[in-house]
Order: sequence, then C-alpha cells, then structure tokens
Amino acid sequence: MVKTLVTLFKFMLGSIRDLAPIIMVILFFQLVVIQQPLPNVGQLLLGVLFVLLGLTFFIHGLEQGLFPIGESMAHAFARKGSVGWLLTFAFCLGFGTTVAEPALIAVAAEAARVAAAGDLIGSTQVAMDSYAQGLRMSVALSVGIAILLGVLRILKGWPLQWFIIGGYVLVVVMTIFAPVEIIGIAYDSGGVTTSTITVPLVTALGVGLASSIKGRNPMIDGFGLIALASLNPMIFVMAYGMVML
Amino acid sequence: MSFADMLTQIIDTILTTFTDVLPIAAILFGFQFAVIRKPLPNLGRVLAGFAWVLVGLSLFLIGLEWALFPLGRLMAQQLTDPVFLSGGEAVVELVWSDYYWVYLFAFFIGFATTIAEPSLIAVAIKANEVSGGSIGIWGLRLSVALGVAIGISLGCYRIVVGDPIHWYIIAGYVVVVIQTMFAPKMITPLAYDSGGVTTSTVTVPLVAALGLGLAETVPGRNPIIDGFGLIAFASLFPIMSVMAYAQISLWFGAKK
Repeated sequence: MVKTLVTLFKFMLGSIRDLAPIIMVILFFQLVVIQQPLPNVGQLLLGVLFVLLGLTFFIHGLEQGLFPIGESMAHAFARKGSVGWLLTFAFCLGFGTTVAEPALIAVAAEAARVAAAGDLIGSTQVAMDSYAQGLRMSVALSVGIAILLGVLRILKGWPLQWFIIGGYVLVVVMTIFAPVEIIGIAYDSGGVTTSTITVPLVTALGVGLASSIKGRNPMIDGFGLIALASLNPMIFVMAYGMVML
Repeated sequence: MSFADMLTQIIDTILTTFTDVLPIAAILFGFQFAVIRKPLPNLGRVLAGFAWVLVGLSLFLIGLEWALFPLGRLMAQQLTDPVFLSGGEAVVELVWSDYYWVYLFAFFIGFATTIAEPSLIAVAIKANEVSGGSIGIWGLRLSVALGVAIGISLGCYRIVVGDPIHWYIIAGYVVVVIQTMFAPKMITPLAYDSGGVTTSTVTVPLVAALGLGLAETVPGRNPIIDGFGLIAFASLFPIMSVMAYAQISLWFGAKK
C-alpha cells in the first residue's frame, strides 16, 4: 500500500512537470498580458486536477499492467518465433496501442465536433461518434501497418530514408486528391498518435529486434518505427476523407 | 454544472473508455495464451494495472474537456479579441502582424512544453553517446524546443493569414529530404523519431484547441479547413532542427 502511494506520488511529480510549463505560460499571459478575469475558474481548476490525477493513474496502470507484458512479449517475439507471428504481433501492437491513445481520443472527438459545426457531417451525437470512431480506426490501422512495415524493414535491413521519402511523396500525391476539409486533421494525426502508450512499447519492440539480429545497430535500425508511425496516419486519414466526405 | 451531472459524465466516460482499452487488453492476453502459451506471471497485478489505466484515462479525458480545451480556446479568443489588440480604441481592420501576442504565446507554449519533455531528454542523451560527444545534450534539447516553438508560431501565422497548409508542409518535406542527404547517417533515424515524440499527451489537446479557437475568432477563417495543422508543424520542425544541429556541431567539431 505504502509502496503504491510512493510510486503514485512519483508519477504525480512527472505529470506536474508535464503540466507546469503550460500553466505557467498561461498564467503569465493571463496576469500580465490579457489582465481579464478567467470565467469558470472552479471548473477549470477541477479539470486541471483531473488531468493531473488521470495522467498519474494512467501511467501508473501502464507501468503495472501493460508495459511489463508488452515489453517481455516484444522481446520474446523479437528473439525467436516465426516471422509471420512477429509481423502479426507488430501490427496488433501498433493498432491496439493507438486505439487507446488519450490524445487521439480527444482530438478525434474535437474534429468530429468541428466537422458537425461546419455541416460536413450530421450534427447528431451518433454521426459525430461514428466520424470520430472512423478517424481513430483509420489512424490505428495505419499505425499497425506502419509498425509491420518498420519491423520488416529492420529484418531486411532496408534503409529508413527510402520509406520516409516514399511516404512523403505519397502524402503529397494524396494531398492533391483529398478533400480540403480533411487535410489539416490528416497532417495533425501524425503527431497525435505517438505519445504515452505507443512510444514505449514500440521502441521496446524495435530496439529488442535490432539488438537480437546479428549485424544490426540498435541505434540505426531500432529507431525509425515511430517515424513511420507518424507518417502513415496522414496517408490513411486522407484516404478516409476521400471515402467519407 | 451540478454534482450529479459531473458524476454521470464521469461514469459515462469510464464506460466509453472501457471499449478504448479493450483492444490492447485483448491483443496482449490473446498473444499470451494463444502463441506464447505460458500462464501470465503476476496476473493480479496486471489486472489491477488495467483498472488504473481505465480510471486514469477517464479522469484525464474529463479533465481535458473541463480545463485544457476551454483554456486553449479561451487564450485564442482573448489574444485575438479586436478590443484587446487595439487597446480599447476604435476597431480597425486587423492585419496579420497585429496578432503578435498569439505568435508569442504559441512560441512560449511550444518552447516551455518541449524543453522539459522526458522523451526528448532520453533522445538527447542517446544522440550524445552515438556522436561520441560532439552533439551536446543541452544544445540538442534547446534546438528541438526552438524548432517546436517556431513551428507552432508559424502554424498560428498560417491560420491567421489562411494559407493552405500543404504548401508549408511540402516545403518542410523538401528541406528535410535535402538535409537527410547531408546529415550524418547516425542521426537521421533519431531526427525522424524526434518529430513524433516531442508532442506530449498534455500539449497536443491544448495546441489543437488553440488552433481551433484561432480559426473560430479570426475573421474569414473556417475551423475545418484552417483550424488544424499546429501539431503537424510541431512534429515537422524538430526533424529539421535536430538534423541542423547535428550538422552544425559536427561541422564545428571537424574544424577544430
């Protein structure tokens, strides 16, 4: 019990460190530049407290439950086991972690709200939920495929640059054809996907893989999974926009 | 909002969050039992961990709804308010340079949130090891934070003037590709990754709300078309600044 409290406190400090710079910059601008009273201060403070507690519990839970099995599994699949299972696992890991990514849930809901306000989709709760769900599924699918491709790249030793540059070309080509309303959110979805859950698990997979294959440098081959995972969603979300809008 | 409303919202969020966490749980347990076929050590601990994740994620999402989204939007509205910008005088036609407080705010938010980002510190330490010390930890952190800061302010400028986002991003890609040809080979994967990892879970919603708020208040902008893209800028610019920093520091190292 005491141990749990101590670790919780440690994660709480981490969350405070994440949040403190934002609060300080906002307070500075509110007090020095804008000089106007904040509306709804009570709810704002409660919300900040919830963000703090939520992030703390969330990360504590990840460290207890997800990360240990995720990491040991990533290592187990990387060291032995067939290529087929390894690739399946890579895809599922990318997909599953992205679906639960907090920033993506929040931004997808926000995007649905904006799209409904702009009469792009129906403004019922059902239409908004299905749009947000569709966005998240296309992002999750794309991250799954990105991790699969990235693992294949590590196995074969293909240079990362060609994937990135090829991806860039695809993004540019898709931009020409995608509806203009989806382009902004598509570009954003790349940066949204890779945060709290995805990065640690995917990095464990990449580095474990590169260090278990002879002649691979974990530095060069182990990284780059995240890069693919932030490039691929742009392409898929634009495709989603072309189909849906 | 009454206490009962809050309670229903919390319970609703926990229920929806459950379906969000389900896939990753199903995948991990599925692989454990079907492929690895060993009983899970510490099953109780793992299940407790999932419960923590569920409660934490729900609280976090509610907190976003109550605090970070309204704050980002409010800052955008207050900083672009014509009365605030013209100092209470008669409202005149505003041009892009009148919105300087927004760019400054965006710059500070980008810099402050990035410089303390733990994953960036980890990346910087690794880059230092790989380069044999020629890439400084603090130099790299500063250049990434500057990259994010400049990226978000440029993104705000784009929202204010209403340029199409793809020209900026494509121009950025061209720079990244050219840099890739000249940058030391060791640094390129790290640089590409740093683009994705620098935007944290707390920063993303706030920055997204800032952009949407801007597009809602600046006259003539459409939130759907103009409101997004700040996160894309914040993920693209660090790639450039990491490669630029690596190039410059290796160049100076070679001259000595």
